[in-house]
Amino acid sequence: MFGRKREDTAKEPEARASFFRRLGSRLNRGSAWLGLDLATLLGGRRVDSEILAELEARLLTADVGVEATEHILADLGTRVARQELADAGALSGALRTAVTEILEPCAQPLVIDPERRPFVILVVGVNGSGKTTTIGKIAQRLAQEGASVMLAAGDTFRAAAIEQLGVWAERTGSALIAQQAGADPGAVVFDAVQAARSRGIEVLLADTAGRLHSQSHLMEELKKVKRVIRRVDPTAPHEVLLVLDANQGQNALAQALQFHEAIGVTGLALTKLDGTAKGGIVVAIARKLRLPIRFVGVGEQAEDFGEFDAGAFAAALVEGAGAAGLAS
Amino acid sequence: MFDTLTQRLTRAVNSLRGRGRITEENVSEILREVRVALLEADVALPVIKGFVDSVKAQALGTEVAASLTPGQAFIGILHKELVALMGGARAGFSLRAEPPLIVLLAGLQGSGKTTTAAKLARWLIERQARKRVLLASTDVRRPAAMLQLERLAGQVGAEYFPADSGTAPADIARAAAQQARRGVFDVLIVDTAGRLHVDEAMMQEVREIDSAAEPVERLFVVDAMAGQDAVNAARAFSGALDLTGIILTKADGDARGGAALSVRAITGQPIVFLGVGEKPEALEPFDPERMASRILGMGDVVALVEQVQREVDTDEAERLARKVATGKGFDLTDLRGQLEQLQRMGGLGALLDKLPATAAQQAVSPDQGDLQVRRQIAIINSMTPRERRQPGIIDGSRRRRIARGSGVQVQDVNRLLKQYLEMQRVMKSMKGGRLRRMMGALKGKMPPD
Ligand SMILES: Nc1nc2c(ncn2[C@@H]2O[C@H](COP(=O)(O)OP(=O)(O)OP(=O)(O)O)[C@@H](O)[C@H]2O)c(=O)[nH]1
Ligand SMILES: Nc1nc2c(ncn2[C@@H]2O[C@H](COP(=O)(O)OP(=O)(O)O)[C@@H](O)[C@H]2O)c(=O)[nH]1
Ligand SMILES: [Mg+2]
Ligand SMILES: [Mg+2]
Repeated sequence: MFGRKREDTAKEPEARASFFRRLGSRLNRGSAWLGLDLATLLGGRRVDSEILAELEARLLTADVGVEATEHILADLGTRVARQELADAGALSGALRTAVTEILEPCAQPLVIDPERRPFVILVVGVNGSGKTTTIGKIAQRLAQEGASVMLAAGDTFRAAAIEQLGVWAERTGSALIAQQAGADPGAVVFDAVQAARSRGIEVLLADTAGRLHSQSHLMEELKKVKRVIRRVDPTAPHEVLLVLDANQGQNALAQALQFHEAIGVTGLALTKLDGTAKGGIVVAIARKLRLPIRFVGVGEQAEDFGEFDAGAFAAALVEGAGAAGLAS
Repeated sequence: MFDTLTQRLTRAVNSLRGRGRITEENVSEILREVRVALLEADVALPVIKGFVDSVKAQALGTEVAASLTPGQAFIGILHKELVALMGGARAGFSLRAEPPLIVLLAGLQGSGKTTTAAKLARWLIERQARKRVLLASTDVRRPAAMLQLERLAGQVGAEYFPADSGTAPADIARAAAQQARRGVFDVLIVDTAGRLHVDEAMMQEVREIDSAAEPVERLFVVDAMAGQDAVNAARAFSGALDLTGIILTKADGDARGGAALSVRAITGQPIVFLGVGEKPEALEPFDPERMASRILGMGDVVALVEQVQREVDTDEAERLARKVATGKGFDLTDLRGQLEQLQRMGGLGALLDKLPATAAQQAVSPDQGDLQVRRQIAIINSMTPRERRQPGIIDGSRRRRIARGSGVQVQDVNRLLKQYLEMQRVMKSMKGGRLRRMMGALKGKMPPD
């Protein structure tokens, strides 16, 4: 699934199709929205301001946020007024398209450049968002594709965080570089980049402790981790992956803004989409920051994972999974 | 973020001036602002609807012209309503139950259950003299989850109930409860794996843990950053577990925490505690007044004061208070100390978020401010000790040298020096006055008035 430069993608379509079938059945599995898909809701109704209000409620309850929702609806409203969207189907399609259009430019898979060895991925985010699990999932995919992988236990703060990552290293057959609890995360990651380099490891995934973006001393610590990586390899980290929890609301926008400002985020992963939370805040983030969205997490196991697909996500967001045509 | 609710409401209410009262016709504009503010705070849409209706009923007929600051007056109504909604009959925890007090924690993945289990244990041990606390983990799923609780138990001086991850969660809970009842434990806290409310098998599992442990307290642990879906999760957990309370975690961040209101409204259960950090001591009793202010973006002045109290070095504060009192000797080293303290407290942004909107809007933007703070510290660092003690000697050529040394413009150095002089002037004028009383109050040594 990783666009790995130079490698053929011929075997991809097959694997992709089966993957998205799986995703379709899991994405927001709490049935369609309120048990109704959009077409049912709108069936036979004239397009009017009341329906627009219902659509507004959908976007808002998906955590898209006031600003992005207003932006999307203003455009739809104009088209309704011009009677371009005569029936319910057209309206629902237009909304889906509008959301897809915002997300599409951000749906950029992670490309692992084999010239960079190790290719260093620094994984960051607030507490409990799913960083360690996401690392396990990425490691699993890479291992399946035959890459050599190393994990760096950069969360030296949370109790048993090192052991948690250790389990993932074991499960995925990855190497693990760790020091004792309480060690300096910069030192751990520094060691890991050096070790990966001398062992010829292809991809290094560095875990970090969860931190709230408003804690400036912890953000400083993160900057230091990045600086330390640079000392070994001035081109690294090659990806700074910010992990966001789909259950989060408007605060995720502040998270993206501030993590980005502090260390330069290059990709997003959106986890826990297997619940009923829609993760709509990524729409607002996409509008503001245009950061590439790499992955989605749809469960706790290594295989509950996929590439971000703008169309599928927009469909699930706007219409509920049942209507998204994903499961077919 | 800085177009705060107070500003918005003031604008909306101002547009009504001269028309006297809030009426059915003109109230809608105001209520729209309220709705937006609550949405931005992540209060769930269905909960907002109910809330807005009740505020409307209160607001109708209110004299807006009579109040000098109608925006504020309206916020007062909102605040009161929020407090009423979030306040509960009970602010504590049913400590009177026959020992052992058994507590079950449940919630979504990563919400903070395990950390909260340790925090509760510590709170019970240190504050309630419930000396013997047993912690049991039924999380057989997440890697190293049991070890996490075991380590935390060691940190807080609780006992850990050893269990095998091959055992069924309900069996672990039953065995732990038996041991607690048989033994000399005052309290048993049962941690559970994180689960999604739509995962039927996992919801069944937590019901089984519940019937095996027979807890007196069944607490739903929810993240202060949670969005709109918090209502759905809360409804499902409440249906499965007959919840007795809520704990809101990660409230040390800058999330408005509207989920508190949503979850309170949906479950009907009180919010008992607030998690305010990763360490076991970071647990606070829930205060509806403060939460209401926070949701409304009015800031949390109480928290600010408490934080200052925690972070400020008391000796240093005393030394400063003396200098301020005499109006003499406050030099640039002291100013640097102040700036560094500001950084330690999470930067200007974190502090501004805790200030009332009106105060915050007069200040600089937090990002700019933090940059400025860093810059100012760099400037002071580039001075010689003598220059810090006697800023008067800093002439043009010294200014240029300092600017080069700290990588800023000469104007930045000029501005800093001007600010310093201004501060000194203010301090002299406040000599022995308000500031001193304030600092005294912070140290808890002098009565505030
Ligand atoms: N800043 C902050 N972090 C917290 C707070 N409570 C918990 N955390 C952090 O949030 C993360 C998740 O906490 P856990 O206690 O492991 O959460 P959990 O609900 O047990 O997670 P699972 O068992 O994996 O579902 C950890 O990094 C904790 O250190 C809090 O009040 N403030
Ligand atoms: N349902 C679900 N749970 C997840 C997903 N990703 C992570 N989790 C769970 O969320 C919790 C926190 O994840 P973890 O990786 O420890 O987060 P970290 O603190 O950011 O490293 C754990 O219980 C994970 O099993 C996901 O995509 N779906
Ligand atoms: Mg982790
Ligand atoms: Mg846990």
